[in-house]
Amino acid sequence: MVNLIWVSLAVIGIVYAMWNGTMDEVNEAIFKSADEAVMLSISLISVLVFWLGLMRIAEEAGLLKVLSRLFKPVFKKIFPEVPSDHPAMGYILSNFTANLFGLGNAATPLGIKAMNEMKKLSQSDEASRSMITFLALNTSSVTLVPTTVIAIRMQYDSVSPTEIVGTTIIATTISTLGALIIDRLYYYKRVRRK
Amino acid sequence: MSIITAISTWLIPLIILLVLVYGTYKRVPTYEAFVEGGKEGIKMAFSLLPFLLGMMVSIAIFRASGAMEAIVESLSPILQTLGIPGEIVPLAITRPISGTAALAITTDLIDQFGPDSFIGRLASTMQGSTDTTLYILTVYFGAVGIKKMGDALKVGLFADLIGIIASIIVCTYVFGF
Repeated sequence: MVNLIWVSLAVIGIVYAMWNGTMDEVNEAIFKSADEAVMLSISLISVLVFWLGLMRIAEEAGLLKVLSRLFKPVFKKIFPEVPSDHPAMGYILSNFTANLFGLGNAATPLGIKAMNEMKKLSQSDEASRSMITFLALNTSSVTLVPTTVIAIRMQYDSVSPTEIVGTTIIATTISTLGALIIDRLYYYKRVRRK
Repeated sequence: MSIITAISTWLIPLIILLVLVYGTYKRVPTYEAFVEGGKEGIKMAFSLLPFLLGMMVSIAIFRASGAMEAIVESLSPILQTLGIPGEIVPLAITRPISGTAALAITTDLIDQFGPDSFIGRLASTMQGSTDTTLYILTVYFGAVGIKKMGDALKVGLFADLIGIIASIIVCTYVFGF
């Protein structure tokens, strides 16, 4: 699926550029975006090293276990295949909490760590049920404070930059619930096929 | 609302404080543990690089060629008949594919219509309420070497669609036209 999307984006782009006369722009974009990707990866090093370092302390101190025990009832229903005392659950919860407070740069390392732990559980290179649920939870991103948007609104002299916080919370809650329901439906479909 | 913003600024320092104090209390070799965990971060960032680069180049070609614009334009009339304001369509379609492009469109809409216009508020809500599905998939699956994504993409895109529809309904209801 991802192969198809990846190839389609590039092929459609190049073919379209042929008769749209935008080959120059495409050429420029190829190397500019490659450059941007490297810069992005490098800027990720700082947050990855910092948060994974800090979370290692939290893990060794047993803080992650405390966290998972706290939210066990809800997340056990969402992730039935992850044992509630497994480090995966701790990382899933810390990722969720980081997203909740709009700490995007903390959420990514924690999310990758959660995926790592879930991979240890499934022992395969295929996306497991828990991973798909986790992805669904992340792409619909439950946020309390959309910091970037508020910053832009301030920049453009909004009378009330934070007035969209309420609507954002409602919309994101609906999309997250929707994502979890769709995820369940697809899971049932997979089970029936087997 | 200022409470929420205050929580956000206080949260990171407080988390650091909690982890360090609790770790010391539990007799964890804090500094060594930090360094060990941090090393993992370097490896992760480098293993992510080819995944990010590949996807970003492909998206850049798609955008720069004008194909993305053309698709957005051809889809606009259909979406408009469904009650989706035409000005917001490019954002709705771009949001799941490219985070930076979506942010640029949001900024542009706010600049054009004003942050306190209906379009400005709707764009803000839409930008904040979902995340870039393709980026998350690339990063999370790429970092741990998952080759078969299963239904993840479909679920993610459906969630985006729900988020977009929810934003429009909620904004129409709360702010009106």
